[in-house]
Amino acid sequence: MGLLDQKFNSGGVIITKVDDLINWARLSSMWPMSFGLACCAIEFMSTGTSIYDMDRFGMAPRASPRQSDVMIVAGTVTFKMADRVRRLYEQMAEPRYVISMGSCSNCGGPYWDHGYHVVKGVDRVIPVDVYVPGCPPRPEALIGGFLKLQEKIRNETLMAPQAIERMMKENVKEKQS
Amino acid sequence: MENNINTTQISAFGELLLYIIAGIIFVVGGLVTAYLIRPHRPNEEKLTSYESGEEPVGQAWGKFNIRFYVIAIIFLLFDVEIVFLFPWATVFGRKELMEATDGLWGWFSLTEMFLFVAILALGLAYAWKKGHLDWVKPTVKVPEYSSKVPKILYEQLNEKYTGSKSEQKDIGPE
Repeated sequence: MGLLDQKFNSGGVIITKVDDLINWARLSSMWPMSFGLACCAIEFMSTGTSIYDMDRFGMAPRASPRQSDVMIVAGTVTFKMADRVRRLYEQMAEPRYVISMGSCSNCGGPYWDHGYHVVKGVDRVIPVDVYVPGCPPRPEALIGGFLKLQEKIRNETLMAPQAIERMMKENVKEKQS
Repeated sequence: MENNINTTQISAFGELLLYIIAGIIFVVGGLVTAYLIRPHRPNEEKLTSYESGEEPVGQAWGKFNIRFYVIAIIFLLFDVEIVFLFPWATVFGRKELMEATDGLWGWFSLTEMFLFVAILALGLAYAWKKGHLDWVKPTVKVPEYSSKVPKILYEQLNEKYTGSKSEQKDIGPE
């Protein structure tokens, strides 16, 4: 049951090498979930065509969240869809990543002021790893987002997260002094 | 010499065995690796069955209407037809064959394919006539049957052996 994940407190040469291998495997096969919410989905689709060739990043769209690693929120997230987006995100297998594509899912976009039905940013519902700006972003911009996500995955580690522990310790010190 | 060949070469069954062993190693290796490196953080929402993001209704092993089966079979029929049409289309217009048979080849292959399509169309016509293409069946035929044995005889029989009239509904033609 996740024998290696976040189980290490100090990294040695072996851990970092295993890290590199796992990260390389993960960033070379980021399978996106094939679903779209609005016009951004058209750009997402053309990213998959032979001209932009999403396959060269090892990205093949999957029909089920159980098989996908990356959720590309392509389009306007309405409150009606937010439920579904949230549930689909939860149903994805870990490790899972989210790319927020376009202004609408970044912050509500053109619906910022008057869209009574639009969630002002999908990051209010699910955690987002990479934001791709644009309305809608061109396929090149989305590919830029993929590369950013690859960078992020490359720096992942099997070691247990320590940032929160460190912050709590600092808090305690501050209170004591 | 013969002995030498026997000891160094793998038989066809040996090859098959190698394939099976390699397959098992591949699958088990993948599962074990996934077991080692996967994060394990289940929650209630994650463990529910997937239903396109909707609130799942019932089990994932739900039943569906048997009539989908007929539709699927009919679809398969035409799927196979397309699969046959493509190789046929590449052979149909081949120049050497046409020249060698003085154009007869073209007529031959065309008739052959029309025959094939006609046989499949016959199947479709049959399914159409039978009403398999209509989702809602037009009429339900209630079998008409009038027995020469009067109902009262059954009732008397039931009364004799059970002492009540309550079970007579299930027995005897209505």
